[in-house]
Amino acid sequence: MSTDRIVGIDLGTTNSLVAFMQGESPVVIPGDDGSNLVPSVVALDQDNRPFVGNAARNSLIATPERAVYSIKRLMGRGVDDIQEELKFFPFRLAEDLQAGEVLRIRLGERTFTPPEISALILRQLKRNAERFFGAQVTKAVITVPAYFNDAQRQATKDAGRIAGLEVLRLVNEPTAASLAYGLDKKQNGIVAVYDLGGGTFDISILKLHDGIFEVIATNGDTHLGGDDIDNLLITIALDDTLGDLGLDLRRNAGAGQAIRKSVIEAKIALSSQSSVNIDVELPCGKRYLREITREQFEQLIQPIIDRTVGPCKQALKDAGLKPEQIDEVVLVGGSTRIPRVRALVKELFRREPHTDLNPDEVVALGAAVQANILGGGSEATENMLLLDVTPLSLGIEVAGGVTDKIILRNSTIPASATQFYTTQIDGQANVAIHVLQGERELAKDCRSLARFDLKGIPPMAAGMARIEVKFLIDANGILHVSAREQRSGKEAEIQVQPSYGLTDEQVEGMILDSFDSAEEDFRQRQVIEARNEATTILAALDKGKKSPAWGHLTTDEKKKIAKMEKALIAVQAEDDYQGIRKAIDALNQGTTRLAELMMDSAVSVALKGKTMDEADMGEGPTAPHPMAKAEFE
Amino acid sequence: MTNSSLTTITAKPVPEETQTCWSCGTMRAVHFCESCGKVQPPAPVDYFTFFGLSRKLNLDIAALDKDFYELSRKLHPDLNARAGSQEQEWSLQQSSLLNDAHRTLKDPIKRTQYLLKLEGVELEEQSKTATEQARSTGQVKKQIVPPDLLEEVFDLNIQLEELRIQKKIGEDDPALIEEIGRQKLELEEKQESLLHELEFRWKMWDGMIQREQNGQPVSEEERKQERDKMVDVLNRRNYIRNLVRDVGEALGN
Ligand SMILES: Nc1ncnc2c1ncn2[C@@H]1O[C@H](COP(=O)(O)OP(=O)(O)O)[C@@H](O)[C@H]1O
Ligand SMILES: [Mg+2]
Ligand SMILES: [Zn+2]
Repeated sequence: MSTDRIVGIDLGTTNSLVAFMQGESPVVIPGDDGSNLVPSVVALDQDNRPFVGNAARNSLIATPERAVYSIKRLMGRGVDDIQEELKFFPFRLAEDLQAGEVLRIRLGERTFTPPEISALILRQLKRNAERFFGAQVTKAVITVPAYFNDAQRQATKDAGRIAGLEVLRLVNEPTAASLAYGLDKKQNGIVAVYDLGGGTFDISILKLHDGIFEVIATNGDTHLGGDDIDNLLITIALDDTLGDLGLDLRRNAGAGQAIRKSVIEAKIALSSQSSVNIDVELPCGKRYLREITREQFEQLIQPIIDRTVGPCKQALKDAGLKPEQIDEVVLVGGSTRIPRVRALVKELFRREPHTDLNPDEVVALGAAVQANILGGGSEATENMLLLDVTPLSLGIEVAGGVTDKIILRNSTIPASATQFYTTQIDGQANVAIHVLQGERELAKDCRSLARFDLKGIPPMAAGMARIEVKFLIDANGILHVSAREQRSGKEAEIQVQPSYGLTDEQVEGMILDSFDSAEEDFRQRQVIEARNEATTILAALDKGKKSPAWGHLTTDEKKKIAKMEKALIAVQAEDDYQGIRKAIDALNQGTTRLAELMMDSAVSVALKGKTMDEADMGEGPTAPHPMAKAEFE
Repeated sequence: MTNSSLTTITAKPVPEETQTCWSCGTMRAVHFCESCGKVQPPAPVDYFTFFGLSRKLNLDIAALDKDFYELSRKLHPDLNARAGSQEQEWSLQQSSLLNDAHRTLKDPIKRTQYLLKLEGVELEEQSKTATEQARSTGQVKKQIVPPDLLEEVFDLNIQLEELRIQKKIGEDDPALIEEIGRQKLELEEKQESLLHELEFRWKMWDGMIQREQNGQPVSEEERKQERDKMVDVLNRRNYIRNLVRDVGEALGN
């Protein structure tokens, strides 16, 4: 067993987690605020330093123009692909963005590419793990939606590198979930994994036999999830306020975020309650009030969740299976907590789905299992092997703009295909190749992966050259191409013009914290970081004591806080970072209620003082709905 | 390696086939060393040879699957993630070869096509790509209608045309749809029966290979005849498959 710890990371649209194999079972590593889920939100503080997670999410309302969420939606995508997203998400593109350039998102005065923002999230997870182990972490397995294409996968790998992580493997999220699920089941059979998270939907069908986890078919939608439900509810609220109050909140990012926060809370409540009241304080001083019943909610979201049906049926068809042949259905992703989603899955597969694993954590746990396998395995993972597939067919453009598929979807990876090319005219030195990914017949309807030229073909008569081009999809689902002219035996030079994505040099230039590498620096940094954090939390506490919220605490609560404060001050000067951390964690826990009380009053103050803001909720379309008129007070 | 959305690897010269393990020097099994377990450089072999099979078409799929899983447990990159970079590269090459070979051989049609290609036959292009290409470039696709289908195809085409016209003007004739649906079923049955015909051809082919293996000479003429018969079955099957697909599209499913 190598001494390097390899962690498993679920880099989610909404939440991210890091896990590792502790002994014979995978466990999630909590963040410094004690929570297992790190919200995938990145924000900049007043000094333009990025911060991540719950704190960043809490800053969304007060400083929306300095924060970004759901960045996973933009990974590996170009400007043309994201027009739909821009209607619903307050992504602020850099103004000087050139056509064909990798997207850049504005946060405050700085701009970041999507892989850089993802890297900031990854770095936070890396730090959480390092704090937990008290040692450096440089290797990781990162999960991606099964239906991610080549560009999205490459962007995720880039993010890892920028964060200072060697990405040993990209694993498909539903497949990872099945690893965690199969670890304690140790049984054979056909399993369907239905994964509906915040931004993506995947369905994978696997055959489990003697420790081999073999994916037979996978399908999905990389733009379908809880976000879509949130957007629907937000649109209704914006319509209501515009219609009844004449107040156009689409231009007010802070108010938009306040509405978003409350509809998400309402949505989550509706998973366990039969009705819920939305109550948001608006910038004009009025309150937006609306009651939503479970029944209305279910009617509203039906079209969204129905979009998961097609991919499920297609996956079954591709697997050559009938629903009755599925032995188990596993639910993954926060949105599968919605009772109507569970009912739909039950209808689809005629079987009560499994819910005994935490749908938020199972992907990260599975990533930890895969990390363990890559690291040489242990007793628990002995004999385990994952055979995954490529979700999309790989093709090349041929005459007439038609896609010639050379590796079909659901082929087990690694997979390869060899194509032969020749020249059309005498002495021709270059041949252009256009690589595509997707199921459609015409090249223009598929995803363009890259265009490249085979160069330096030795001069020959037309049709004489025989250039062998090998396309290989590796175990990460990422494509590699090599070429050779057969008659001369000469290797043809390949010049790749990726349709999307960063170049090697760009990634190199983005790598965060290169100073991370020195072990001593690292230990010192840990202590310094912990001390800084202690100072911050102590300052915050001082502020808290002066705030009206302090008055709402009981004497007992105040006493406890005072004791923990003293303990932290005492340990802060020492070189013992573990001790400082413990004291910080304790104080953090002890002041949760205070923080909440303060946050509540901060929110309403911020909202009242809010003016029009350039960062808005977009011009989302209106949403007709079956509900009664909203109330305003 | 570049780090673009599409990475490139340079084609390395094919390593010379050796009998001994590059790592421990013992005599080795083909793809990995029986003694030390290390993955060996891939040899440039066809899919049958990769699995240690002769060029016979009637395959024991259960045995093929078993070999596939056993080899996966040795060759897969996940199980060689801690090896040196050269070994990792070999593991990637070997396991993609393993997967390609398994995918091709386990499917009856792909297996037959692959064998024919190995035997030097250029298969008639009747793939969907060719059809689409012909459609979009306006060329007439070279397609030989199997003689026993001529009449049926003629009728069917007239009915399909009628259906398209009706659809255009927004009418539909349930009787016509039913009739076309019935013909589609019939075609599907034909497609199925062609698979049996193909299996019969395999038997003939395998018998011939067996005789050859027993030391009896097989004439090039006989070989060619067996090949041609298989090509014929495949062509007819492709034709019907495309027809079934077109009918399905016209019916809107
Ligand atoms: N109890 C619940 N009811 C309904 N939706 C929920 C519930 N809990 C979480 N969600 C939703 O699940 C999504 C997050 O799921 P998660 O699996 O963490 O997503 P991701 O993998 O995209 O990060 C969000 O849209 C969140 O609002
Ligand atoms: Mg997820
Ligand atoms: Zn050896």
